[in-house]
Amino acid sequence: MSTILEMRSITKEFPGVKALQNVSLTVERGHVHAICGENGAGKSTLMKVLSGVYPHGTYTGDIVFEGETVEFKDIRDSEKSGIVIIHQELALSPYLSIAENIFLGNERSKNGFIDWDATNLEAQKLLARVGLGDSPTTVVRDIGVGKQQLVEIAKALSKDVKLLILDEPTAALNDEDSAHLLDLIRHLREQGITSIIISHKLNEIKAIADEVTIIRDGRTIETLDLEGDAVSEDRIIKGMVGRDLEHRYPDRSVEVGEEVFRVEDWTVHHPTDTNRTIIHGASLSVRAGEVVGIAGLMGAGRTELAMSIFGRSYGSKITGRLYMHGKEIQARTVPEAIASGLAYATEDRKVYGLNLIEDIKRNISAAGIRKLAKRGWVDAGEEHLVAEGYRKSMNIKAPSVDAITGKLSGGNQQKVVLSKWLYSDPELLILDEPTRGIDVGAKYEIYTIINSLAAQGKAVIVISSELPELLGICDRIYALSEGHITGELPIEQATPEALMVLMTKEKEADHVIG
Amino acid sequence: MSSASATAPASGRSEVLGFLTSRLRQIGIFLALIVIVLLFQVLTDGRLLTAGNVSNIIVQNSYILILAIGMVMIIIAGHIDLSVGSVAAFVGAMTGVMVRDMGLPWWVAILAGLLIGALVGVWQGFWVAYVGIPAFIVTLAGMLLFRGLTQIVLGNTQITPFPTEYRQLGGGYLFPQLFPAATSPAEWITVGLGALALIMFIASQLKGRMKRAKLNLETEPTWWFIVKVAFGAGLILFLTYLLGVAPGSRGTPIVLIVLGVLVVVYTAVMNRSVFGRHIYAVGGNRHAADLSGIQSRKIDFYLFVNMGVLAALAGIIFTGRLNSAGPGAGNLFELDAIAAAFIGGAAVQGGVGTVVGAITGGLIMGVLNNGMSLLGVSTDYQQFIKGLVLLLAVAFDVWNKRRARG
Repeated sequence: MSTILEMRSITKEFPGVKALQNVSLTVERGHVHAICGENGAGKSTLMKVLSGVYPHGTYTGDIVFEGETVEFKDIRDSEKSGIVIIHQELALSPYLSIAENIFLGNERSKNGFIDWDATNLEAQKLLARVGLGDSPTTVVRDIGVGKQQLVEIAKALSKDVKLLILDEPTAALNDEDSAHLLDLIRHLREQGITSIIISHKLNEIKAIADEVTIIRDGRTIETLDLEGDAVSEDRIIKGMVGRDLEHRYPDRSVEVGEEVFRVEDWTVHHPTDTNRTIIHGASLSVRAGEVVGIAGLMGAGRTELAMSIFGRSYGSKITGRLYMHGKEIQARTVPEAIASGLAYATEDRKVYGLNLIEDIKRNISAAGIRKLAKRGWVDAGEEHLVAEGYRKSMNIKAPSVDAITGKLSGGNQQKVVLSKWLYSDPELLILDEPTRGIDVGAKYEIYTIINSLAAQGKAVIVISSELPELLGICDRIYALSEGHITGELPIEQATPEALMVLMTKEKEADHVIG
Repeated sequence: MSSASATAPASGRSEVLGFLTSRLRQIGIFLALIVIVLLFQVLTDGRLLTAGNVSNIIVQNSYILILAIGMVMIIIAGHIDLSVGSVAAFVGAMTGVMVRDMGLPWWVAILAGLLIGALVGVWQGFWVAYVGIPAFIVTLAGMLLFRGLTQIVLGNTQITPFPTEYRQLGGGYLFPQLFPAATSPAEWITVGLGALALIMFIASQLKGRMKRAKLNLETEPTWWFIVKVAFGAGLILFLTYLLGVAPGSRGTPIVLIVLGVLVVVYTAVMNRSVFGRHIYAVGGNRHAADLSGIQSRKIDFYLFVNMGVLAALAGIIFTGRLNSAGPGAGNLFELDAIAAAFIGGAAVQGGVGTVVGAITGGLIMGVLNNGMSLLGVSTDYQQFIKGLVLLLAVAFDVWNKRRARG
């Protein structure tokens, strides 16, 4: 066993911020090495130093790769040495074919012209290595995110990769695609390719990694050997947050009141392919002070259900009835939905939730701005005070409410989204993946906020792809499978196994519901 | 991770510098204007800042500045309008037909012209907002459409002359016969207006600062507030002097009053009204705005109606100033207005920009034009230099953003 990579006392500063301080990392050849840490701990910065995104000279410390000290000037330089990084946001060109993407910037050519036969043939071989059966001429836009991830890896293999860096590779994947990807990483390990994997998903790290290095606040905390079963997930979390996290979910006392919101026989069709039914006659209800979960696999229609309820912002040919406090409501547009007391915090806060170039206060006031206005004129002072109030009560970490939301961490951005919806004063909050991409400490804070909302008598629906999360914070959980509500379990009866059975139940659901 | 920690005060001087660099984006454009004015003042041996010339700069650029106000709003929402020059020409031609062929009174023609502008906006807004055709295409079509209509209406001739009253909006001064230069030491109306503007400016600045202080929200250092107010007051006093007291002064151009009112009203709309907030929200992230209950289509629609009215106003002012409505009027106005908005700090991808910035951008181009004309630089070189200024201004903006990001 030899060492393939050694990073020695790496320090990287940005104006006013020390992102990395004396970070060291040693990776053994042929191992899968995980890097863990809260958001903003410095994981991505470290990988950018390694891959030459931050060139030699902008940091201090040494990188020894394959026994030689290396000084990369840019990504091309590091790739020449066999280090390839695959970023969280995939870097594929959507309208080009798989083969074209694999050889992008590295084209197979003869006399200056593309050799299409060689391109497609070599791509085919690479696709076989990553276990992707699609034709190399398929346009990348037409394949799912899971397959796109595999194309990225095929692209890395085409560059004779020795050290593969994967930044949150499964963040956007469903369970099946994630499992396939982890298999592939194991398979690559057998072929002698070393991997560094950055992930929040501790169960995956446990399953695949040989060692894990924990980074906190820009410093290396420890490297743990994961062979055997000596290191538990809780042990890793302890390293990440710097304290024992006895409870990952806050305690709460539940006082459930009257029914607040009910959906009956809700059917939704695809927005463009209007003959395809996405949601089949779904019915559900939420009571005051209750946190209700919706569990479902990727593609079950969770977000589609939520968005169609919220002012029909998804779908076509929508039928069914909505009731608020027992009275039927019309929520045909988002303003009508908001006026009826609905709020929906999206799963993708960067694309659908926030104006990232705007400051905190104007994001918070976006949905409830009419409360701040008299005859169409906004009271800017009042707006500032309102936002300041949420900054304190939500513990949004920012110097002031004039800070730009795009510069906040994921957890703080999510708190801004929640503040926005709280200010619109809803009866029902639908929270779609409220803790996606958020570190452990901030997750706990979000759970606490959800609890306090329920305690105030609000009705809350939480959609999550993480079953432990639903089991940790909900009072009742509905299971959604292929657009059908296949069952509902009170928290006492809900186990991961029981939910998984309902979540994977197929078309027979039609008969169950009638 | 915050920028606050980056500007930790080490000494008084670095604190001042830190504050200035944090405001560089807003201040930069004004500094650029001042530098350009001073440069041409020196190069022209003082001919730039004379009473007559300043009056000319205002009147000659007024219609571009009015277009720039509407344009920056459209750009903030993430669109563009290429048709404003043609619309201005079309409205000019229609008002010409109304006063000459139909014998309507001048004020009816002006009101009808503004209405036609609004209808043009309804037409374009409909296609952009409710059919979903990109504004670039809709207004490119509009540019051809309304240019064509102008030529059809005019039958390739010019309409001239216009009634004296009609022409006042473009080229007139406020009550010039009241205080004739020969007998009166100053044009007292201009002096009075200048004093009024001065009082209103200082009062509004003080009021705003006191309100922020009361709510404990003040972030601006006192020295900066004083510098800012003193600068603004100095500007108003100097302009009053040039237009009302200096030798050769002709009083206040009527169009300056129109422009002043528009700038104040639209700045307030963009900063303080729900409508203005919604424009920034839609431009910053349309999806998020939609899901926050903002009706982005309605915003788009009204923005184009607003642009149509402002284009009509620009067309009326331009026609009045030239005392004729011609088939080629307003040619390339759209590009000047777009350039003004971008020089003034608007972002191509939307969400960013200010009315004051666009006006400043328009003035930079206007002063460049005027200064180079005074120096006898030929128009081909003027084009070249204006192109370079646009490019450098936006490059500075991009660099500044990158610097802020670190």
